[in-house]
Amino acid sequence: MRSLRQVGVPLAAMIAFLLAWELLVWANGWPNFVMASPSDLPPAFARYWELFLTGSWQTLWRTMVGLALAVVFGILLGMIMGFSRLAREALYPLLVGFNAVPKATVVPIIALLFIGQHDLNTVLMAFMISFFPIAVSISIGLSTLEPEYRDILRSLGASNTTIFWKIALPKTLPEFFGALKVSVTLAFIGTNLMEIISPHGRGLGALFDSGRTNADYPLMFAVLIALALLGIALFYVVVFLERIFAGWAERSPG
Amino acid sequence: MSLPISLEHVTHAYRTASGPLPVLDDLSIDMPEGSFTAVVGPSGCGKSTLTRLVAGLMKPDQGIVRLGGQPVTGPRSTVGMAFQNPVLLEWRTILQNVMLPLEIVASGMSKTQQQDRARDLLAVVGLEGFEDKKPSELSGGMRQRASLCRSIVHRPEVLILDEPFGALDAFTREDLWQTMHDLRREESFTCVLITHDLRESVFLSDRTVVFSARPARAQKVVEIDLGDQRGLDDLYAPRAVELLAELRREIQIAQGRDVA
Repeated sequence: MRSLRQVGVPLAAMIAFLLAWELLVWANGWPNFVMASPSDLPPAFARYWELFLTGSWQTLWRTMVGLALAVVFGILLGMIMGFSRLAREALYPLLVGFNAVPKATVVPIIALLFIGQHDLNTVLMAFMISFFPIAVSISIGLSTLEPEYRDILRSLGASNTTIFWKIALPKTLPEFFGALKVSVTLAFIGTNLMEIISPHGRGLGALFDSGRTNADYPLMFAVLIALALLGIALFYVVVFLERIFAGWAERSPG
Repeated sequence: MSLPISLEHVTHAYRTASGPLPVLDDLSIDMPEGSFTAVVGPSGCGKSTLTRLVAGLMKPDQGIVRLGGQPVTGPRSTVGMAFQNPVLLEWRTILQNVMLPLEIVASGMSKTQQQDRARDLLAVVGLEGFEDKKPSELSGGMRQRASLCRSIVHRPEVLILDEPFGALDAFTREDLWQTMHDLRREESFTCVLITHDLRESVFLSDRTVVFSARPARAQKVVEIDLGDQRGLDDLYAPRAVELLAELRREIQIAQGRDVA
């Protein structure tokens, strides 16, 4: 019963959404060059399936590499800010300002900086857009650790490294995964931003762009659906990892 | 093994934005080996500072803290601590929580020996059968029992209790007092208990030190001569009532209120 509900309810919602979309296009009598309807999508997928596969793979791996960089850098930065008040006070305004800059404006800057290095540019974009939540969550997790947690080990003469591995890091994991859920989506957006905006891009973003230049609206919408599916898959990978590593933080319902 | 604790003319002040805040003033206390000393006093009088000094987490501005005659220069593995907040690690089972100090200090013990030691202690405090539960599945009183086990699992010579029963309801608290007596019979340590509860100090301690308001001095040391075998009923015996009344008077003096 439970699993039926877990699968059935979201599935029903998705079907309802697709039906409403189809109905909207049909009721308004919109032609394909105004808005594609769900029934236009399977032919588009069938026609370009090879491009979808290679594009998805390119988008996926660059997102993952960018995210991995963001995780490493975000954790390091978060540790520095979490343990040192001075570093926190110094870096916070800088970080907030950096995060506030609309990332679409950064695309041409990076593209000019590393002309032609499309993979590098895309990875860099995914990284830059996604490390902020991770750094903030780690630093907050570490700086709000109750002193008693530290004292139970410190009073035994444990080193700061031991305290970090045994207490601070595991205690911060729930916040970290909360941030990772935001970051994985952000990294994905960063990848696509670069793929769409920069010339001669690759990946699903470039496929979307070619749909736009050729006025192939079903292709554009098919790319959107593919992006959504990829985004959902990435998100649930994080949820899965969270269950494994920070499942203890989840309260049983009721 | 247990060690005597002595504080000799300890003076300490915290540096705050508005100048130094003196918390301890020429404080001298002797706690014999294996004794149980309770410290009571007005709120914010520096009781917790005392625990941090004894644990070696802080150094006093002046004076010396000694464990077994040796000056305390830093944290040492022969100290156990428990706080009002049980601070159990939510991602570990109760057994793994109790074993935590052994992972730091008892590298000579095998995993099995560590587990046996933790299991034995959990049995003493009545947590048999809860070894594999997570802290979130336990009540507040049970969590505090586990926290007590963790504080003594590595057989510390000195046990520091900073209001460990303060956040519990009255009945649970009395249960834990009994548990504390049980642990004291099984284990050997010199214990300092910080508390706000005068009945607790009379029920548990050999002697109770009353701190004056900040900066704290040892205003009065009351010997609790009720013997080792105490039951809760004994708290209502004439001698215990007398001691309670005396402690209460001292607290009022410490608070600066007129005593009729």
